[in-house]
Parts: sequence; structure tokens; C-alpha cells
Amino acid sequence: MSDNHRSEALQSQYLTVNLAHEEYGIDILAVREIRGWTPVTRIPQAPHYVLGVLNLRGAIVPVIDMRLRFGLERESYSATTVTVIITVAGRNFGVVVDAVSDVLDVADDAIRPVPDMGVTVDTEYLKGLTSAGERMVLLLDVDKLLQPQDAQMLEAALPAASDVKAVA
Amino acid sequence: MSKTGLAQFQQVFIEESLEGLDTMESSLLALDNGGDAELVHTIFRAAHSIKGGAATFGFPEMSSFTHEAESLLDEVRGGKRAIDGAIIELLLRTVDCLRAMFARAQAGEPLNDAVAEALRNELAAAMGRGAPVAGVQARREVDQADAWTVRFRPHAGMLAGGNEPLRLIRELAGLGELTVKTELDRLPATLAALEPTECHLGWTIELKGPARRADIAAVFDWVEDECDLAIEAKHIVAEVASPVATPATPAAPAANVADAGAVRAQREASAESSSVRVSIDKIDGLINLVGELVITQSMLDTFRGGEVDASRLAMLEHGLAQLARHTRELQESVMGIRMLPIASVFNRFPRMVRDISQKLGKQVKLDLVGEQTELDKTVLEKIGDPMVHLVRNAIDHGLETPEKRRAAGKQDTGTLTLAASHRGGSIVVEVSDDGAGLNRDAIVSKAVQRGLIASAEGMSDEAVAELIFQPGFSTAAVTTDLSGRGVGMDVVRRNVSDLGGTVTIRSTQGKGSVFTITLPLTLAIIDGLTAAVGEERYIVPLVSIVESVQLKADAVRSVAGGGELFRFRGEYLPVIRLHDAFGCDTAVQAIDEGLMVVVEGDGARMGLFVDGLIGQQQAVVKSLEANYRRVQGISGATILADGSVALIVDIAGLVRLQGRRKAA
Repeated sequence: MSDNHRSEALQSQYLTVNLAHEEYGIDILAVREIRGWTPVTRIPQAPHYVLGVLNLRGAIVPVIDMRLRFGLERESYSATTVTVIITVAGRNFGVVVDAVSDVLDVADDAIRPVPDMGVTVDTEYLKGLTSAGERMVLLLDVDKLLQPQDAQMLEAALPAASDVKAVA
Repeated sequence: MSKTGLAQFQQVFIEESLEGLDTMESSLLALDNGGDAELVHTIFRAAHSIKGGAATFGFPEMSSFTHEAESLLDEVRGGKRAIDGAIIELLLRTVDCLRAMFARAQAGEPLNDAVAEALRNELAAAMGRGAPVAGVQARREVDQADAWTVRFRPHAGMLAGGNEPLRLIRELAGLGELTVKTELDRLPATLAALEPTECHLGWTIELKGPARRADIAAVFDWVEDECDLAIEAKHIVAEVASPVATPATPAAPAANVADAGAVRAQREASAESSSVRVSIDKIDGLINLVGELVITQSMLDTFRGGEVDASRLAMLEHGLAQLARHTRELQESVMGIRMLPIASVFNRFPRMVRDISQKLGKQVKLDLVGEQTELDKTVLEKIGDPMVHLVRNAIDHGLETPEKRRAAGKQDTGTLTLAASHRGGSIVVEVSDDGAGLNRDAIVSKAVQRGLIASAEGMSDEAVAELIFQPGFSTAAVTTDLSGRGVGMDVVRRNVSDLGGTVTIRSTQGKGSVFTITLPLTLAIIDGLTAAVGEERYIVPLVSIVESVQLKADAVRSVAGGGELFRFRGEYLPVIRLHDAFGCDTAVQAIDEGLMVVVEGDGARMGLFVDGLIGQQQAVVKSLEANYRRVQGISGATILADGSVALIVDIAGLVRLQGRRKAA
């Protein structure tokens, strides 16, 4: 048991996905399933990177476009475009990526911190960097992708504001 | 037992105990109205299991607190003390206090607080009053000592209950050093007379080490009824505070009553994710249906792969029809699991009515009708607050004081009726009183004063009654000088309309008023019309739709400030263009090419402009919040026949969203 535990602490597996010629790693324990791209239903008042919701065997799951999330150009969806369903803290959401490529074993001590690239580059959703052979893999911090906390705070603030107005 | 294991049982214990407290409360109220002695036993049993459970599941404070109440009840039960109003009042407050303790236990906070301490002293004082048995007094005098003598004589049948004396003694050893002497005097003289399943032994246990009486008593909690137990202190540690403490301050009861509501609210909030008890009949029915479904499926399976010739076509059709029927029945039965009787909501009112009417010096008789009417658990949980509001209003403003009633030629005691019934696909809950009714003149003058209407000329009584649902009528200044109703009626209407229901009022001056809440039976499935807006599909709940009309291009007028109005049956209604509200592209812009759906929500009517209506369908409501978050103007999502997702429009929310845009 304790041996097992130690090896787990030392290395973890990442699913690598392609996005505009870069490779990103998603912690495989957070990945629930991988499915082909299917059209989604748009939702009003959503951030621009939230494409909409899809039907995942009866559950309504929001889908975000990773390219839009990272401020990249959106490409038309092709045969290799996939939606990766991710579970974070009991909530599911899908991320649209160009393609999935590999599963990598990454030792924890092989993860390098993200260098400070100045204010122009948003690095808060990156957990670190690692290399697989010649390639560089950016490891994603999946918790930060959908930022549900922000959404909830905003929502909590809205009705309060409206009530104030109604009273005034 | 592991910590997590215990926590798992704690939750069950808390749920059961809360039910026990409900039983205690209703029995106490029945006793107050002259119930029989059997009720005392019911109350005692409930208190006893809470006490025992609390000790077992790691709430010693609760256990010792309940013990005080139990001792009092035991004297009543044993006929040593007559039950009177003061004792009932005290015990009701004990119930409130225990509820608060359970709420704190669930929140992981310390169980005891000042209220509990004060109440415990009061209970102790009540015990000390009158002529208590000498033993009780003596037991009370020592709470803590360095050495104890415990005489433990199990009754013959104790072992049959699964209680093991050795385990109890071992547990006692955890409190200090033990010297155990076994008493053999009850052993039968001959071996033939020995009944092997009975307990013939007794023990005298000397316990050395500082221990509290409550701790020792807690060890024997479960066997208390099945043994003779005497706990005597041999050496007193220190001066113990006087057992007959000063009674609590007079302010405490009032504070307690107010607390009760808060605690209930807390409890309800935490109950949303709790369990449902389902009768075994319902489950058996489900199993039957699933069996039928499997048979139908295997019958249809014979058509797989092979060609279907004409002779078997009828059989296929029959199979599909059967599948459709079973699916529908299964759907209904599964919905039935979520259906619970409304009694759980009604049951809180006898206590509330008693407390409020006593405070206001009014005499109120509460009638409950149709308590067994079933409705969806979600609706049930949310209907409570609006009803509390209506009941409070009815007693406070509707029913008169006995003097006024006598002057009006009515009986001293006013009647408040809560009635629930099914009507079509809806449930109707009525809160009616035989009080003074709405005071038309007072409402009108208030409304004029607040600028809601210019004058009441030509207004029907219904239209005047509607005025109390206006937000302007909900401020405190209004209620003090208005003899009619109006505390937060807008909130009541909003809560009910959030559930997809309506509130109406019928009132006759001098005779009383009836508030009628109409609610859908379930929130899980709605009937809706599918509306097209550009490429998108939205579901509009059928209950919100008044009618739909095709308008001429010039029928809609722009108003300064960006709004649009159109004339519908003599009134001007605002227009909400769904594509504007939800930001859809490629939607129809011209009024004469689209469709105006007249909808009603939150007490207001408006026109919802869409491209067209596609058809009617039943929609299973799915939560957007489960994985995403709440969206203004959207009440949920559903899955269409092709597997894609359609959003369900929340009309009341849309009205508010639109209002906010205007205000912004």
C-alpha cells in the first residue's frame, strides 16, 4: 500500500492534446471520456469561450473551446476535432481541442514551473511544463478552465443589485 | 467503530431524531388540547430513544440534556406529577432547543449554548418543584466525585435484548479503576431451575477515579429499562453548584419561539439533498413494470436482424404499442416515488398557530383538510415558506380578537383552514380564515397614497385585492396602519411563480378571505411548446402561455427609451424579442413574419416574439446548474427527440431580466 502510494506521488499520467501546433497535458484522472465533435446548444449570457451545452447521456454538460479560452483563432471543426469530457469537483464539462495524441507518464520532478512571461501572457491555467523527447508539453490546471467560482460570484451579485434597484 | 463509520450513522440518527422531535411536538400539542395519557408514553419513548441514541453516537451533551426532560416525563408518566400548561410549554421549548442542537450538530458546531443551559436549569428546577421523590433529590446533589459505587442488577430478560453486561463493565473501566464484585444471591438453588438464557447475576462495582455521574449513566443508557441501577458517590470532589438554579429570564421563551423558525429554515435547507422514504408498494409496482418492460423488449428482440414479413407486422405494431404504454407507466411510477403527502408541511402549523395566537391574544382553531394529498418533494420543500407567510398574515391581520368577533356577531374562536386537493394536473392549496376580510377602503387609500392607482373608480373587488401583491405594499409602514393584509405578499407571489404556480385571493369584507395557491404536481416534467428563434429551439412552458397571435407590422409601437408595446384585448403589453434577450443571430426581425406569444409570469403579461412555434411536447427538466450555473431567463434544459439539447424559457425570470435591462 505504502509502496504504491509513493510511486503514485512520484509520477502521474497525462493525456496530451494538440492545440494550434502545441501539445497540452491534462491529468488523466480528470478525464472522463473522449468523444467526437458534435454540435452544441448555445446558452445565453455565457462567456465567449463557452460554446454551449451538450447531452451527455442525459446530463447537460457545458462545452468550452480551448482555442477561444486561450485567445487563439477558432478553426473550423474537422474529423479529428474532439471533445474531452473532464470532471472537476463532481462537475463535468467538455473541452474542444484539435486532436488527442498520447498518454504520457510524467515524473513529478520532471515538471518545471512556468517561466514568468510578463503580463501579456496569461499563464494562470498552466500547472507547469515538461518535455517528452524533443517536444515540450504544457500541463494544464483543469480547475481553472471553467472558473465556476467567478461565475457563481457574479450570479450571486446580480439579484442583489436588482433588488436594490427595485427598492430605490 | 471508525470515525467515518460513526459519521454515517450519525446522519441517520439525526434524521430519525428529528422525526422523533416532530412526534413529540405534535403529541405535546394534542396533550395541550386534552389528549389522553397514551400520548405521554409516546413522548417519553421519543425522548428516550433520542437520549440513548445521542449517547451512542457521540453527542453526550444532548444525551444529558434530554435526560433532564426524560426524568420530568418519567414522573408524569408514573403519575407522580400532573401535566399542566407550564410543563407542556417547557417541553415544547425543549423540543425547539433539541432541534437547534441537531442543527448545530449537523453544522459541526458546539452543541451547548446559553439557551440550552438556561433550559436545562429550568427543567431541573421543574423537577425540584412540587414534591419530587427523595431519591431524585439525592441523585441531583452530586454530579462529580472521585469514587463511585455502582450497583447494577440486570433484569432476567436483559440478555435477550442483545445487551452484554461484560461489555458495559468494560466500558465502565474506561472511566477509572474498577473493583467488581459479583452478586450471586439470585442464582437458583438447583441446576434444573437455571434458565440458561436469563441473567441471574448482579454486580457491585467500585469505581475509583474522577468521573461525572452523567458519564457513568451514559454507559447504561441502553439497558436502563432492563436493570436496577444505583449510582452512589463515595467521595465528593468539590462544592457543586446548587441544583435548583434560578429560572431563566422571562425573555427566553420569546426568543425561543423566534429561534424555532430559524432552525426549521436551516433544517429545510439541509434537507434538500436528504433521503426520501418510499413505501414498499411503490417499489413493488416499479419492479413489476420493469419486468413487463423486459418481456416487451425480448419480444421486440425477435424482430432484430431478420426481415419482417407482412404477417408479423401486426405483432410488431402491438409490441411497439406495449413498449409505449409501459414506458409511460414507468415514467408515472418513477415520478410517484418523488410524491410525498403534504402532511409534512401542514404539520408545522399547529405549533405555529398556537404560538402566534397566544402572543396576539386571539383564539384560533386550525383545521387541516387533505393532508394525504401527494405532491413532488421539490415542490413540497418550497411551498412551506409562502404558506407560513399566508398563515401568519391570516392570524395577524385576518382574524380578529375575541372582543371584536363577539361585536361582529361571530364565535369567539376564529377558524383557520388549510386545505389541499388535486385538480387536474395541479395541486391546489387553500389558506382560508373567517376573519375580517380585506378592507377595500384601506387598500385603496394606501394604493392611491403610494401612487399605484389614481382612484379606485370602476375597479372590481378582485382588482383591488390584486393590489396587495404589489411590491409597494410590503413595507413595514404599511402594515401598521392598514387593517387589511399585505406583509410581503409580493414575495409570496414571486416564490409561488418560481415554482410555476399562481396565487389568487377571494375576500369578503367581514366574512373572511381565501388565498388559493395553484401549483404544478411536479417540476420534473413540464408540457411546453417548442419555439424557433433563428437556428435555435426553445421550450416555452405551456402553463405560462395565454395565446399566440400573428400581428401586423404596424401593431407594435416603439416607446421612448427603447421599449415596444402592442395592443392585446384592450390592454397594452410590453414586447420581449426572444432573440434580443438571448442574443440569437439570424432570427426573424419583422413583426409580421414572426409570431407573438402572449405569456404570463410573475403576475405580469407580455408578448414574447419568436420566429414561430413548432409543436407541443413533454419536456423532462434537466438542471443546468449541475454542471454549469444558473442562467437568467432559463429555468433548465431538456433533451429533444433527436438527442440535442433545448433550453426551457423561464418566463418570470425573463420579466425580471427585462426589468433589469430597463433599469440599467
